[in-house]
Amino acid sequence: MKVLVCISQTPDTTAKIAFTDGNTQFNKDGVTYIMNPTDEWYALVRAIEVKEQAGGSVTVVNVGTADNDPIIRKALAIGADDAVRIDCDPKDAYEVAAQIAEYAKAEGFDIVFTGKETIDYNGFTVGGMLAELMDLPYISMATHMSLEGNTATIDREIEGGQEKAQVDTPFLISANKGLAEQRIPNMRGIMMSKRKPLKVVAAADIAALSTISSYELPPQRSSVTLVDPENPAELIRLLHEEAKVI
Amino acid sequence: MSVLVYIDHAGGKLKKAALEATTYASKVAQKTGGEVTAIALGSIDEGALAALGAYGATKVLKAGESHFDNFDAGAYTKAIAKAVEQTAAQVVIFTHNSSGKSLAPRVSARLKAGMVAGAIDVPNTDGGFSVRKSVFSGKAFADYQIHTDVKVISLNPNSIPVEKGDGSAAVASFDSGVSAADFRIKVLERSTSTDSIPLPEAELVVSAGRGLKGPENWGMIDELAAELNAATACSRPVSDVGWRPHHEHVGQTGITVRPNLYIAIGISGAIQHLAGVNNSKVIVVINKDSEAPFFKAADYGIVGDAFDVVPKLIDAVKAFKAQA
Repeated sequence: MKVLVCISQTPDTTAKIAFTDGNTQFNKDGVTYIMNPTDEWYALVRAIEVKEQAGGSVTVVNVGTADNDPIIRKALAIGADDAVRIDCDPKDAYEVAAQIAEYAKAEGFDIVFTGKETIDYNGFTVGGMLAELMDLPYISMATHMSLEGNTATIDREIEGGQEKAQVDTPFLISANKGLAEQRIPNMRGIMMSKRKPLKVVAAADIAALSTISSYELPPQRSSVTLVDPENPAELIRLLHEEAKVI
Repeated sequence: MSVLVYIDHAGGKLKKAALEATTYASKVAQKTGGEVTAIALGSIDEGALAALGAYGATKVLKAGESHFDNFDAGAYTKAIAKAVEQTAAQVVIFTHNSSGKSLAPRVSARLKAGMVAGAIDVPNTDGGFSVRKSVFSGKAFADYQIHTDVKVISLNPNSIPVEKGDGSAAVASFDSGVSAADFRIKVLERSTSTDSIPLPEAELVVSAGRGLKGPENWGMIDELAAELNAATACSRPVSDVGWRPHHEHVGQTGITVRPNLYIAIGISGAIQHLAGVNNSKVIVVINKDSEAPFFKAADYGIVGDAFDVVPKLIDAVKAFKAQA
């Protein structure tokens, strides 16, 4: 199996979110960046498991500037064989998907993995866009996958339950919690990752279809109103009369 | 602008999210001068579709072939793209749920139409076309400007209230041009708990965490939720150990909700959990630890043991309902 994993860099979960230039730019000062959690914990690890089961190779692809190299090296340390970084600073999900499609469509990948969403722009979009641009069947938010020959049986999350579906390679899958268990890179993996190929390719001429014009922080919640634990009826009164939610 | 709205349905019944999406489509059409056409794929009663007229749809296109009862985002996308072309739609609306998250990006890429995923408000059309969504896991909002002639929007459930008027929509059969050969995914089974409210659509949510000590103690959570007509949810550790199913897990790696009321019981409020709930309109926290970080994100709180407080709270809800 020839497998591709799309990885993205996101601010750490605990990063302070602030903006500059009249609320038009994300303030990167002091922000630690990580590999997007669903990409790393579930998509990448499940891809490596496919190789362990069926042989083949795992390539990671990232659309970004050289700032992204540390997370790409981490993916190599966890177990990917090689990496491609498409050198640009994308403005929207379409630009990311279209850049990956340009690179990947002639490569003959059997399975393409993405995480279900990134924790910065929360779009759930790159997987579906990429599937369409590569003309692949797409199963989103997968929580389990088993592979027999060229046929995968995949569980995916739907509202209040799950759906089980079957698909033949080649296909694209977006990874949800449950698909695999997080792996921590070991020292040998970290040493090897330095010698694994990371190819930087020039970006294709693709324009974003949307851009962010401004950001806004949500209004601060006023401090909590505490209610006497012996008198929950007071809570119900407040929810009805003050908050008007029941 | 002519607006097309995709109608998500389950077992032939319209979801509340579909009514929200139609209401939203109607607001976009009013704002930009145009009509709303709805599209539904698969087996669904025409009467149910005609009822979309009361929410603002003028016409409903229905492709009822049985192959559409098997969800395949690729085949669905071909049908929807053809409907966009046929109706000359300039705005295409989806619900930001499991179907919409699969479909809307495919339709966007196929049509090279700019997309906003998870919109929380109607577009601002003063000098452009801008749509607001939540970013950084609920820690900020962003306004996206869409630059293409055709625009795709997936609407976050529970973001705008359903508005029902009068009228009935004309249902027309739609030749999608999609055949069984276009389906490359075969759905083997679907299992959903039909007796409860789907969590992403719920207006009220009762959620519990490790403070409940074990799955056998969920009876009072279910009872409180039932009394309030709320959906139940849980924190990550609780779904990790299998006390509750994963589809109830709210947080960074679970699902994101924005109900009117989120009641968190025995949940400390780790930042990963808050990422899934901090767009809730009102948050109530019940925790015996007054230092639990969740109190900082809460509107109302009770410092007390869940096993003492929740039964009293259930009685208080019953009394409130009896009086109302």
